Amino acid sequence: MEIIINGDKILLPESVKTVSDLLSHFQLNNKIAIVEVNLNIINKQDYEITTLSNGDKVEIVHFVGGG
Amino acid sequence: MLKIGPYEFQSRLLLGTGKYPNFDIQKEAVEVSGTEILTFAVRRMNIFEPNQPNFLEKLDLKKYKLLPNTAGATTAEEAVRIARLAKASGLCDMIKVEVIGCPKTLLPDPVETLKAAAILLEEGFIVLPYTSDDVILAKRLQELGCHAIMPGASPIGSGQGIINPLNISLIIEQATVPVIVDAGIGSPADAALAMELGADGVLLNTAVAGAKNPVKMAKAMKLAIEAGRLGYEAGRIPKKRYATASSPMEGMSVV
Repeated sequence: MEIIINGDKILLPESVKTVSDLLSHFQLNNKIAIVEVNLNIINKQDYEITTLSNGDKVEIVHFVGGG
Repeated sequence: MLKIGPYEFQSRLLLGTGKYPNFDIQKEAVEVSGTEILTFAVRRMNIFEPNQPNFLEKLDLKKYKLLPNTAGATTAEEAVRIARLAKASGLCDMIKVEVIGCPKTLLPDPVETLKAAAILLEEGFIVLPYTSDDVILAKRLQELGCHAIMPGASPIGSGQGIINPLNISLIIEQATVPVIVDAGIGSPADAALAMELGADGVLLNTAVAGAKNPVKMAKAMKLAIEAGRLGYEAGRIPKKRYATASSPMEGMSVV
């Protein structure tokens, strides 16, 4: 499936079905990250039950230095 | 003691986390500053570099309260979205509302700031708006229920210090919530002046991160803020036009 992550089109293997799979795929499971799918923020406890579909717009954000 | 919403802090210095030369210097500067509140920005992650170092991961998060900002937002809607993302981390419920109205001066948009603050207060955030030094706007923000007011001393990162001490002191005089002077502080003298005017705290970033020696400057800011606060509490003498002798006039005939 192809989804848009942080503005870029990304082709994902069949095995990636949920937000949890997506984070594992990019080795981000242990990172402090926040995930938004089609403008809806996904709570951590819902990562495993939130399925992704072709064309979904996903944002993966984190905290960076700022004032 | 500085009280913001339900939280209490010993330190009156709020420190930004941007633009340090490297993480080691930054970590030392943060420790030396004695700060208990660190600001952060929310940005897209580079998903292809999962092992990229992140300053947050180097911190003992039990020691600090995180104050994410909504920097990058130019509308209330964008600010609210960033604030919700920050809160979804589960690490914080304070938010520095920052809605920029002009890319050159980085001055805040008062209308959008007010709108964003109202929505976020409704949603239960602890709201600290970065605002201009407009006295009436500060009043409106505190009437909305904001937990602190953060007027800028001068444009962000400009190091110009407090351009309008009169406005800052009027904001402090009318305040029913803490006033934290945010942005534009350049030197320890600027920070001390903010505190002598009666500010409850100072938020700065570039003044430390951009100093030749950030660690020394972090210490200097800590001391300046403590000195300024003590001076404010002690109550300075009024200014007079002419001299008044410190030595007694009695017994002058020996000369």
